[in-house]
Amino acid sequence: MISVSGVAKRFPNGTEALRDLSFSISEKEFVSLLGPSGCGKSTALRLVAGLLAPDQGHIEYPHGKPEIGFVFQDPTLMPWADALTNARLPLDLKGWPRDQANAVAAASLYQVGLGQFTRSYPRELSGGMRMRVSIARAMAAGPKLLLLDEPFAALDEITRNQLGDDLLRLWRDNGLTILFVTHSVSESSYLSERVLVMTPRPGHIAAEIALPTGRDSRLSPATVEAQRKISDVLNTVMAA
Amino acid sequence: MKRLLDIALPLAVAALVIGAWQWAVAHWQVPGYVLPAPSAIVTAFLNNFGSLAAALTATFLITIEGFVGAVAAALALAILFSQSRLIERSLYPYAVILQVTPVVAIAPLILIWIGFERINLALALLAGLIAFFPVLTSTMLGLKSVDFNLMDLAWLYGASRWRMLWKVQLPSALPHLLSGMKTGGVIALIGEVTAEFAAGSGTATGLAWRITESSNRLEIATTFAALALLAALGVAIFAALSLLEWWLLRRWHESAIRP
Repeated sequence: MISVSGVAKRFPNGTEALRDLSFSISEKEFVSLLGPSGCGKSTALRLVAGLLAPDQGHIEYPHGKPEIGFVFQDPTLMPWADALTNARLPLDLKGWPRDQANAVAAASLYQVGLGQFTRSYPRELSGGMRMRVSIARAMAAGPKLLLLDEPFAALDEITRNQLGDDLLRLWRDNGLTILFVTHSVSESSYLSERVLVMTPRPGHIAAEIALPTGRDSRLSPATVEAQRKISDVLNTVMAA
Repeated sequence: MKRLLDIALPLAVAALVIGAWQWAVAHWQVPGYVLPAPSAIVTAFLNNFGSLAAALTATFLITIEGFVGAVAAALALAILFSQSRLIERSLYPYAVILQVTPVVAIAPLILIWIGFERINLALALLAGLIAFFPVLTSTMLGLKSVDFNLMDLAWLYGASRWRMLWKVQLPSALPHLLSGMKTGGVIALIGEVTAEFAAGSGTATGLAWRITESSNRLEIATTFAALALLAALGVAIFAALSLLEWWLLRRWHESAIRP
């Protein structure tokens, strides 16, 4: 679905964020991009979304650019609008008729467990609920590709685990392709099918780890084994 | 209890000051043409109620005309600036020049150009000129302070500039616009009064004219009554704009939500 080859990115302040970044993602895959803070994970995600242009290299969508949903680390909601209006934003921006957009946004909020909170304003919601609205907004656009930039980093562990399970359900139910940026080994080991480990800046892919099946809980032997494997690779990458 | 104190304390201070003023004028037998007693001011207000009310109405209407024009122009220009850096860089310095030039200095020119036969229009223009800049700068700041991630989302979903402006930028800038309006509303009144003074007596019909006219006749109690009305008008404009701000932001903005 996505092919990233030889991508480099340097910012105007001279920071070289990425150098020779290459990876590919197949349709309906759940891939985590894992690395230390500042290694260029978010930059890579923005390049994939088309929010940034690479200085070198190519980002290609062999079957055409799919509809993309993007979830930021902060919920990035509009404080002046209720949950329904926030979830409706992509459709409003595309010029959908109001009734149709409302129906889709309400269904999207229902999918993330916020069916009862359509008229609540962001300030009336908890951190986890705000992030759910943000995910509902990304889902409302009917994406094929969902890009998430450390969406659970600011949440407590219980909420983070709940949202992780919800994300897995959305992935399976909707046939999504997911690229998930994280610096959490445990999150990537449980959620994804494949982990791309990045080097410190300038970032590139140092290792690619395909995870075994059977990781049906966070403490299952397969998940713990996957965690150990990812940690070992990450430690080697950081030591180098 | 706290809200009651917020109202009671300023009223108690006012009562104390007015009481002391009344006593001091009587005790030292201060002449009425120097400092009239509060009771004399109330009497002058009642005796001249008709003319003072007419002057108040004139000042109010001209101020509102100027203010509404200033808000419309400032909003339009801020939107234009937000859409084009080139236009902003070309025109913004002139907006600054307009602001730093005292209204008293340009009032005679405006009065001559527009003509004394259309004095109210000239006064409204001068009131608007002074109110324009704070609304412009606040709105510009608001339009520039939009969450970059929201703008990225808008871009990602292929929003047109118009939709981006209407759905994201303008609502985000609303608190800044309203804050600029609060400042602009009050200084529009100052601009109007200054312009009336610059126009001189015999042409304008507002409160500044009543102040000039009554002080020329040494009817200082009437001057004080007109001044009190002017202050009350300023407070009323500020209160009305504060109420509008609260009403529009009450559901979501920190400034309007009481803990």
